[in-house]
Amino acid sequence: MSSTQWTPELTLPVSVDRDHIQGRADAPVTLLEYGDYECPYCGAAYPIVKEVQSRMGDRLLFVFRNFPITTSHPHAEHAAEAAEAAGSQGKFWDMHDLLYENQKRLDDADLHAYAEQLRLDVRSFDGDLAGHVHAERVREDFMSGVRSGVNGTPTFYINGSRHDGGYQLESLLTALQHTAT
Amino acid sequence: MSSTRAVPAPFSRDEAGGLVGSTNTTVERGAGPLAVGTKAPDFELPSTPDQKVPLAAFRGRPTILVFYPEDWSPVCSDQLALYQELLPEFQRHDAELLAISVDGIWCHLAFARDRNLHFPLLSDFEPKGEVARRYGVYREGEGTSERALFVLDGEGVVRWSYVSPVGINPGADGILRALEGLDARDDS
Repeated sequence: MSSTQWTPELTLPVSVDRDHIQGRADAPVTLLEYGDYECPYCGAAYPIVKEVQSRMGDRLLFVFRNFPITTSHPHAEHAAEAAEAAGSQGKFWDMHDLLYENQKRLDDADLHAYAEQLRLDVRSFDGDLAGHVHAERVREDFMSGVRSGVNGTPTFYINGSRHDGGYQLESLLTALQHTAT
Repeated sequence: MSSTRAVPAPFSRDEAGGLVGSTNTTVERGAGPLAVGTKAPDFELPSTPDQKVPLAAFRGRPTILVFYPEDWSPVCSDQLALYQELLPEFQRHDAELLAISVDGIWCHLAFARDRNLHFPLLSDFEPKGEVARRYGVYREGEGTSERALFVLDGEGVVRWSYVSPVGINPGADGILRALEGLDARDDS
């Protein structure tokens, strides 16, 4: 698949302060995903990433950044902002998981219901969404992806280099383990 | 298919900081894409059943030409959806985006409506692939164009080009960098 000799690199380095991360910051391998909550391919990758995380354990740091393609996915932008709003209350990953597990139910009422389910401060959450408080952050993620050569979703980076080898469990695991050793 | 292709870095800068395009692309079965510095051939192609878009209409502004193989194919859809998303960025550079394939105009209209695309899809349908040929990006065996990008400056001169492997979406980074290079040149 990877027949280009140009390997795009991550232009905005992973930052534990800025980014949403899972795993140890000093892990030997970092897997970063640019994803869209309404994209079916990202939905397909979601359990694969979970499996990869469970197999790699402490050797893997996972990072997620937003790349909503609203042209194709009308709910993706609000969903991304909802995850960020939950993140501002310390529950980014809970919302992230809920969104991927309910990809077909992402309208504003659904997002509100997920915030209740996660026992967020729903008023603050609704205010964030209505005021697009996190839109700038989502756009920053998006543009950082564009400048790093993201060409669709999901796009993965392994230790800062774009992974063009597909995201089947085997290919992803092989690439990560190769990098880890 | 006896085509050997060296896929170049899509964009680089020479020592003076100028744009260096993919002039070292080698394609045995044709002359390859128009070289950087070449005057882009004029054309006029239909964007709707009763409207034709002449390239010359965009003189004075940067123009992004996106040749893509076919409507409806998964990679094309991703690529064009990404460009739709980035129209505001392109507009910040006052650039116009024109996408071109050999599909017929009704096919284009259905595709644009289905995928929510709001830039012109031009139909290089008759004579088939004529414009792609003139830009050196027609694929004879397949009867489609390459997945190729050209950035033209306001005088209609090719300032950057990139031919992506057909199955790989080239993204938008190269386009944005080329537009920034044009801005920098205009400012100096």
